Amino acid sequence: MTTTLPAYDEVVARYEPVIGLETHVELGTNTKMFCGCPTDFGGAPNTRVCPVCLGLPGSLPVANRAAVEATIRIGLALNCSIAQWCRFARKNYYYPDMPKNYQISQYDEPLCVDGYLDVEVNGEPVRISIERVHMEEDTGKTLHVGGATGRIHGATESLVDYNRAGIPLVEIVTKPIPGAGAMAPEVARAYVTELRDVLRSLGVSDVRMEEGSLRCDVNTSLNLPGEQWGTRTETKNVNSLRSVERAVRSEMIRQASVLAAGGRITQETRHFHEDTGDTTSGRSKETATDYRYFPEPDLVPIAPDPTWVAELKAALPELPRLHRRRLQQEWGLSDLDMQSILNAGAVELIEATIAAGTTPTAARKWWLGELSRRANETGAELADIGATPEQVAELQGLVDAGKLTDKLARTVLEHVVAGEGSPAKIMADRNLEVVSDTGALTAAVDEAIAANPAIADKVRGGKVAAAGALVGAVMKTTRGQADAKTVRELILERLGVQG
Amino acid sequence: MAAISREEVAHLARLSRLAVTEEELATLAGQLDVILQAVAQVGEVTAADIPPTSHSVPLTNVLRDDVVASCLTPEEALSGAPDAAEQRFRVPRILDEDVAS
Repeated sequence: MTTTLPAYDEVVARYEPVIGLETHVELGTNTKMFCGCPTDFGGAPNTRVCPVCLGLPGSLPVANRAAVEATIRIGLALNCSIAQWCRFARKNYYYPDMPKNYQISQYDEPLCVDGYLDVEVNGEPVRISIERVHMEEDTGKTLHVGGATGRIHGATESLVDYNRAGIPLVEIVTKPIPGAGAMAPEVARAYVTELRDVLRSLGVSDVRMEEGSLRCDVNTSLNLPGEQWGTRTETKNVNSLRSVERAVRSEMIRQASVLAAGGRITQETRHFHEDTGDTTSGRSKETATDYRYFPEPDLVPIAPDPTWVAELKAALPELPRLHRRRLQQEWGLSDLDMQSILNAGAVELIEATIAAGTTPTAARKWWLGELSRRANETGAELADIGATPEQVAELQGLVDAGKLTDKLARTVLEHVVAGEGSPAKIMADRNLEVVSDTGALTAAVDEAIAANPAIADKVRGGKVAAAGALVGAVMKTTRGQADAKTVRELILERLGVQG
Repeated sequence: MAAISREEVAHLARLSRLAVTEEELATLAGQLDVILQAVAQVGEVTAADIPPTSHSVPLTNVLRDDVVASCLTPEEALSGAPDAAEQRFRVPRILDEDVAS
């Protein structure tokens, strides 16, 4: 297709988008959903398997209490009702990523239903309705061999590792979100960001999108104002927060281009490509959804004791939104300042830096200043920049103790980011400490005065501003490692002038 | 009217990855029809006050503590596999097939 894509502004001027998000979260339990195999990453192929997760005849699954509890806590944090009684269901499909030829999931009786999550988009509150939160199991990993690039097309055979088969998964599904208009991509991103923060605060998952412990499918459709909702597509393989936003946007543009040309949208799965930012067609959904769900006979129903649910609810941690509001007050920040911290993804980093022993002002200065600048330059997430909150606190400690000037601290930070170790170590290794030895400083000052008699005379004569040149000379001999203010005071003192 | 059509049986066979001949299709459709008719007959006498039964035992909340148990060795795991390579189960190529989400 070589048609020119319409501009985003034209798309949203003409069409109204409806989006929906399905998020899969790998729970951080010790063991799998229905057997005692460990869930840790990195094992050699097929070393985390047993008769249950291999689907061997005669084996019986038993649900993991911790996984059920985590799902209930997620449901409660998302303001859902918890089912008094629900069942697991078999989702039947023949594909070797599940050795049983079915996946145990939940179908018409999810554990949690009808909730909501409040998010903020550009400072405006948006309530996202949650349809359901249910339990299921992850699938194994297939490796396609014989093809050119390890892709499924052209492969002659597949090799399967079942270490991940049976890992507890929770699926969180929103209700359709209409009315977001041009903001739809931002709303999608804000929702996934907030959901990730909620899940992290609950401690139920490590929620790393790049590693697949948080995965997102994005549903998108367009309709003309006043008309029925359009046919939706489901975009998979969306592996970062930024991609969530890009996937919605590019799919809106693509659909608008199809519709504008008089075409129809096919209900299908599309794959998002991180490199190009667009989506390509996957399988067609219409012929693929015959999963023949039925209640899982091998697992008895779950009927959470209301007392247990009440206890779990009472023990929920402070949720991110309230937490942020409290931090904003504690840090004494305006809405705008707080927003810039949020936009930079720096809340937790700043919080941890303060916890490591520095002031809110200093922590904010480093993360939003030098480190944000570097993150922008390299395109990295702030959290992955290479400096830890502890290191930033230590760096500020050295500044506070007068061992580093701000300028020297920035140099040290560069080496911290480069992975050279702690600020104190780098300061020592690279001999970057402020020259505070008065003897050495005085000698440098005297040298500067002797070398610039005319300037020295001016200063003596009352032209205090001329001392700047002498300060510069001293800074040069100390390779910038002296505190300019101290140097200035010392010069004036030696010249017998009041500062 | 038959409770299940030939096309539905063919569709189910395809979903189950069963290679069924035209002849078998006719036979199976007839047999499945008898079974479904019998079930439908039972359905007629079902009283409205009896809830559908999915489990034969009246149990709920059979849960397991989140404690690691022993696994099979890869050799044991692969011992029943028709084929294996690189410590993985080897299966025929998969093309254009459905994947659970």
